[in-house]
Amino acid sequence: MQDSISFFTGFGINDLLFLGEAALKTLWISALSIAIGTLLGTFFGWLLHEGKLVASFTIAPILDVFRSVPLIIQLVLFYNFAPIIGLNFDPFASGVVILTFYTAALVASVARGGIEAVPASMRRASRSLGISYWQDLFYVVLPIGGRAVFPAWIGVVLGVMKDSALVSVLGYVELLKASQVLITRTQEPLLILAIAGAFYFALSYPISRYANKFEQRWSK
Amino acid sequence: MIQIRDLHKHFGDLHVLKGINLDVNKGEVLSVIGSSGSGKSTLLYCLNNLEQIQQGSVHVDGINVHAKGTDVNKLRQKLGMVFQQWNSFPHLTVLENVSLAPRIVKGKSKGEAIAMAEKQLKHVGLGDKLKHYPNSLSGGQQQRLAIARALAMEPEYMLFDEATSALDPEKVGEVLDTMRLLAEEGMTMICVTHEMGFAKEVSDRVAHFHQGIMEEIGPPEQIFGAPQSEHTRKFLANVR
Ligand SMILES: Nc1ncnc2c1ncn2[C@@H]1O[C@H](COP(=O)(O)OP(=O)(O)O)[C@@H](O)[C@H]1O
Ligand SMILES: [Mg+2]
Repeated sequence: MQDSISFFTGFGINDLLFLGEAALKTLWISALSIAIGTLLGTFFGWLLHEGKLVASFTIAPILDVFRSVPLIIQLVLFYNFAPIIGLNFDPFASGVVILTFYTAALVASVARGGIEAVPASMRRASRSLGISYWQDLFYVVLPIGGRAVFPAWIGVVLGVMKDSALVSVLGYVELLKASQVLITRTQEPLLILAIAGAFYFALSYPISRYANKFEQRWSK
Repeated sequence: MIQIRDLHKHFGDLHVLKGINLDVNKGEVLSVIGSSGSGKSTLLYCLNNLEQIQQGSVHVDGINVHAKGTDVNKLRQKLGMVFQQWNSFPHLTVLENVSLAPRIVKGKSKGEAIAMAEKQLKHVGLGDKLKHYPNSLSGGQQQRLAIARALAMEPEYMLFDEATSALDPEKVGEVLDTMRLLAEEGMTMICVTHEMGFAKEVSDRVAHFHQGIMEEIGPPEQIFGAPQSEHTRKFLANVR
């Protein structure tokens, strides 16, 4: 009964579910962007390594833009200007597009570093066995270089997951946006931010734990 | 048979090989000696197309190594190569290091590739290390692993580029012994080496390279006993 006379209401179990659902959306938008962005970024990293001169004049500056312009500006610009060129993306799709390119730009330098971590003499030895260029990339460079830069890639993953909060400015109800909604209603910012923070931690912690396990296994 | 005709190799302005003519017959062991920078490694790389050439030709069993249509990945299966740095694949076990290329290059089944790998690893004395990772092996063991890895492709020729130069002195012997074993089994070998004892005892012929030119080639008795070239004499005087 009190609900009907009070505008602000307390934090309830439904709100926790609401936050949980929003956390899943954060996970979903991050996972999608990280997956596509990693594939794309690996390709860009390979171009940077292989097409040295051409790539350094074409894609390198573009990637620099994505890396250096604050994500929130990229998101707002893209969301507002894409319709002008006939791309009508909803907040989720806009978020995925920008987060994907942002991830790709970060992964490109990681991937390039990975390729360069494999000594030329190692690749020469593998080619001397009759292993083709592409087989060498897949069976030698990917596993060896990939392990070398795995910690850096995990850093990108965790960063993008946190940065995905910025998609909230487009109105997509992920974890941060959901928290804002609840704070407005319940006027309990500390409690809700603490819960949202716990959710972010719950998403990130297993990743860094697993990453550690892998690294330990590889370094033995 | 390997036939090298008027081979010239440049790195930009640097003329590294200046008209090499050389035949290596089946079953022969040729040692290549010479000071560092004389073009010995480059010569080996030209034999299996790891380096392009600017003039002349190389034929391996009649195949023109640098011709446009040549399938270099197929050609390289004929020429096993062992480098100064052993370059073991750190992410694979000893057994996987050796079975990888037979599987992905020759298309052997996993079982066949593993059987071949086991055979070659026993051959070089690493039969008890199959499940180990390379970083648990000594340098000498890793270099023998590299030899087994090359042998698993069933090459007709083996090229050794200073296979013992990066090893601790006490590990040199075990690698030379493995090379000796291959020579005794009739493998055709070209060994770039600074081990004069090995060159003297094992080779059928020894070639001395000096500043991109093959100064002198002949049986070890000639090269070490009565070298004809002034440069060869000087080089040998310095290494002794
Ligand atoms: N990839 C390369 N690019 C430029 N110069 C090279 C390259 N490889 C070798 N050289 C040069 O070619 C010369 C011969 O080198 P190399 O064949 O390695 O000599 P060696 O094996 O007899 O010591 C050296 O002066 C070396 O610096
Ligand atoms: Mg050399």
